[in-house]
Amino acid sequence: MPDSFDLTKLIFGRLTWEAIPLHDPILLATFAAVVLGGGALLVALTYFKAWGYLWREWFTSIDHKKIGIMYVILGLVMLLRGFADAIMMRLHQAMAFGDNTGFLPPHHYDQIFTAHGVIMIFFVAMPLVTGLMNYVVPLQIGARDVAFPFLNNFSFWMTASGAVLVMASLFVGEFARTGWLAYPPLSGILHSPDVGVDYYIWSLQIAGVGTLLSGINLLATIVKMRAPGMALMKMPIFTWTSLCTNVLIVAAFPVLTAVLALLSLDRYVGTNFFTNDFGGNAMMYVNLIWIWGHPEVYILILPLFGVFSEVVSTFSGKRLFGYASMVYATVVITILSYLVWLHHFFTMGSGASVNSFFGITTMIISIPTGAKIFNWLFTMYRGRIRFEVPMLWTMGFMVTFVIGGMTGVLLAVPPADFVLHNSLFLVAHFHNVIIGGVLFGLFAGINYWFPKAFGYKLDDFWGRVSFWFWLVGFWMAFMPLYILGLMGVTRRMSHFQDMSLQIWFQIAAFGAVLIALGIASFLIQLYVSFRRRETLRDHTGDPWDGRTLEWSTSSPPPAYNFAFTPVIHDNDAWSDMKKRGYQRPTEGFRPIHMPKNTWAGIVIAGLSTLIGFALIWHMWPLAVLAGLSLVGVTIFHTFNYKRDYHIEADEVVRTEDLRTRLLASHV
Amino acid sequence: MSDTAATLHSGDVHAPDNQRFYVPGDHHPQNATLLGFWLYLMSDCLIFACLFAVHAVVGRSYAAGPSGADLFDLPLVAINTSMLLLSSITYGFAMIGMQKKQVKQVLVWLGITGLFGAAFIGLELYEFAHLIHEGAVPQRSAFLSSFFTLVGTHGLHVTFGLIWLVTLMVQVSRRGLITENRRRLMCLSMFWHFLDVVWIGVFTFVYLMGVLP
Amino acid sequence: MSAHQDNHDPHGHDDHHDDDGPHSTVKGYTIGFVLSIILTVIPFYLVMAKVFDSSSTTALVILGFAAVQIVVHMIYFLHMNTKVEGGWSMLALIFTLVLVVITLAGSLWVMYHLNHNMMPMIHDMKNMP
Repeated sequence: MPDSFDLTKLIFGRLTWEAIPLHDPILLATFAAVVLGGGALLVALTYFKAWGYLWREWFTSIDHKKIGIMYVILGLVMLLRGFADAIMMRLHQAMAFGDNTGFLPPHHYDQIFTAHGVIMIFFVAMPLVTGLMNYVVPLQIGARDVAFPFLNNFSFWMTASGAVLVMASLFVGEFARTGWLAYPPLSGILHSPDVGVDYYIWSLQIAGVGTLLSGINLLATIVKMRAPGMALMKMPIFTWTSLCTNVLIVAAFPVLTAVLALLSLDRYVGTNFFTNDFGGNAMMYVNLIWIWGHPEVYILILPLFGVFSEVVSTFSGKRLFGYASMVYATVVITILSYLVWLHHFFTMGSGASVNSFFGITTMIISIPTGAKIFNWLFTMYRGRIRFEVPMLWTMGFMVTFVIGGMTGVLLAVPPADFVLHNSLFLVAHFHNVIIGGVLFGLFAGINYWFPKAFGYKLDDFWGRVSFWFWLVGFWMAFMPLYILGLMGVTRRMSHFQDMSLQIWFQIAAFGAVLIALGIASFLIQLYVSFRRRETLRDHTGDPWDGRTLEWSTSSPPPAYNFAFTPVIHDNDAWSDMKKRGYQRPTEGFRPIHMPKNTWAGIVIAGLSTLIGFALIWHMWPLAVLAGLSLVGVTIFHTFNYKRDYHIEADEVVRTEDLRTRLLASHV
Repeated sequence: MSDTAATLHSGDVHAPDNQRFYVPGDHHPQNATLLGFWLYLMSDCLIFACLFAVHAVVGRSYAAGPSGADLFDLPLVAINTSMLLLSSITYGFAMIGMQKKQVKQVLVWLGITGLFGAAFIGLELYEFAHLIHEGAVPQRSAFLSSFFTLVGTHGLHVTFGLIWLVTLMVQVSRRGLITENRRRLMCLSMFWHFLDVVWIGVFTFVYLMGVLP
Repeated sequence: MSAHQDNHDPHGHDDHHDDDGPHSTVKGYTIGFVLSIILTVIPFYLVMAKVFDSSSTTALVILGFAAVQIVVHMIYFLHMNTKVEGGWSMLALIFTLVLVVITLAGSLWVMYHLNHNMMPMIHDMKNMP
């Protein structure tokens, strides 16, 4: 009956029951675990009547602190998924030699390495970094929230929406098999006609909107909302690195948006940007995507450089050495990051003159980072160092990242890169700097600011256990890859014939197991800390003898952050206040103007998810309908002019009095 | 450790010395909307830069199909350019009306701006339809893919601008020239003029240079 | 460019000291409009009347006119100057322009070399299917 058949196709596009991977045992088991675990969570939430609380206090919140925490939770959950991909690859590669083809067919293995990269960069590192900046920056500059609180909420849900689409690809359809940057012509419609690359495109486009808006938000916040007296050169160093990071975000993400849009036009409409014929040029994709890609890695690392600066100066009890040079180094890195992108494709054939130029700029960009390392060391020199967990992560970073950086300078030499490009040496290099730099920095930052966010410190013992597992595990997992790369082994291979290589992969697999223990220890750390929270309680708001303004608030801070806006006189404003006998005002509180919660962020992002899903599966009527609804809801939202309220003065008085009593009883 | 504990010597707390460290009254940070919107426009500028870069690379890849010289109707492009330019100046008159707090003047000039903008889009759609009818479809060559995408993206932006303009006209007529509406009018003003700036790039780089041998 | 203290506003709105944006005048818009017309008509004429023999000369000249007209738009329509938003607007604009130049020039340079090395052709591919 042709009519009803057409109707099904119209509604469901190319979505059929075949999209559900019933034949794959690993996916089936994962699906069962997700259904059971997720189902249990949903049942528990319903049983404890938590939905209203979650909706009111978290999902519709425009409070930068809550949004920051939600970003971090999203990033940590996705870390588990991304790491699951990693450990599957390590285990598979340790056994897939000769006659043994491992447990992952190439079709599946290719999706795993693609998903691993996409998830780790876009849905682990970016949300974690954004979460930290969101939480900390307004507090550090003495502001009550970011410049655009509603947009902040919306940005978070757009990122979450992208994550939902990536996760959906596990169970409905499949993911891309192209590697995390999806080069055409492989990612074009001829060679990847299935939904995988479409999942990739739409999850990144949607998340990309969130990231771009978040970049604009934080940039405007830092420029316009600093407390009186906080000139640029008096800002905390983490705020400086956040400023430069958000400049990079606003400047780089549009390129990603444009390139992915062109790829999607090639796939959906049949244009010829990156095809092999009709005038297309696939090399143009590689060129443009790395114009985005290189600033992206600086977006990931710069905030963590800021974290390390804060941690080193706090736990050495000293002002940061060379503040001005740190700022200049960060700004120079920001600008130079736009002049090095070609080093990602030296071997594509641009020739000696072009390669030399970019090789030299790449080597130059390592210099400001080197300057930073010296500044951190000079800060520590003659300081009274306290080896708290954040400091451990920092010291692990200094050793690990420096070595990773050096392998980068080696790769910057084009002739060397011709041998090492796309080998396991490259894989080891970027994991070295991302894990040693970004991930170690994130754990340092999380341990450092956790007491501020939740009111109690993280458990020290399990923090140390996690750190050592990660440090030893990382080196064990990636040293072999350097060796394999130098021997000529290529990346993204799912099977090998040369048995002499196997031992290295086995060592690497063991290293991955140690990292798994590191992650498990971190989860245990979270649990144990929660159980012991009264012992670990931070009563004063300043558990580390901090130097910057966020430590002047209670832990956790009230919704309005500061009852009175601080006035700044010097760098390390809080240290300055403590030194000069500042006393916390206990009266004279005024009503405080605050923005209201909003439903529009989650709804618009939800519609975006629907549009993405519909486009992936070619469900055109649904896509159009959802698209029109999205425009409609957005316009409707703009008719809401009543977006704020006042916290009454007596409520401020109550909150502040509570803190006064708390401080008095814990002198 | 440090001297962080607040003592209950609240008498000292309002001493002028202590007040150096905080603002005792209300503090309202400057409004960031105009800066934020400008930053968004800068990011939009970079999207267009990418599309221009792509056009620079594949703009002559005709794949034995029609070229700009074969296809472009420069007089039509000139008319279109004048529609957009006129709409820019009429928006300017709307802004002058806003400064004088004249709601009616604002609405009239916004309406005229919208008409010029609609004329621009109408002419552009006519041009596209004509090209497609001639077989010069986006799928024909990389040049045509790039042409339709670059000009089309600009046209999409203008279309969204028109939807925004109509919405704002409704909002101004209902609530008048309150602060929030003035801010929105200024943002749309920046958006509209920015699109005219991009169009300068388009007619120069795509159309005029496209017909050169 | 630091934040400043605002404590003269009793009823809680933060916009009294904000500009309503730079001041627009009929004269300003008219000058901008007339200049733009001139700077549009000339390039169209140069191309349609085939005034120069060389394509590259024509291209350079009309690009020059485009650059000037963009500046005219920035000044007369967008009211761009170094004072707006404490200089941040101008800084953002300059930074964006630098990146646009790098993206365009860099891509052209890189792609020219890539095409030359990786797709060498004895004949002009423009006219091949």
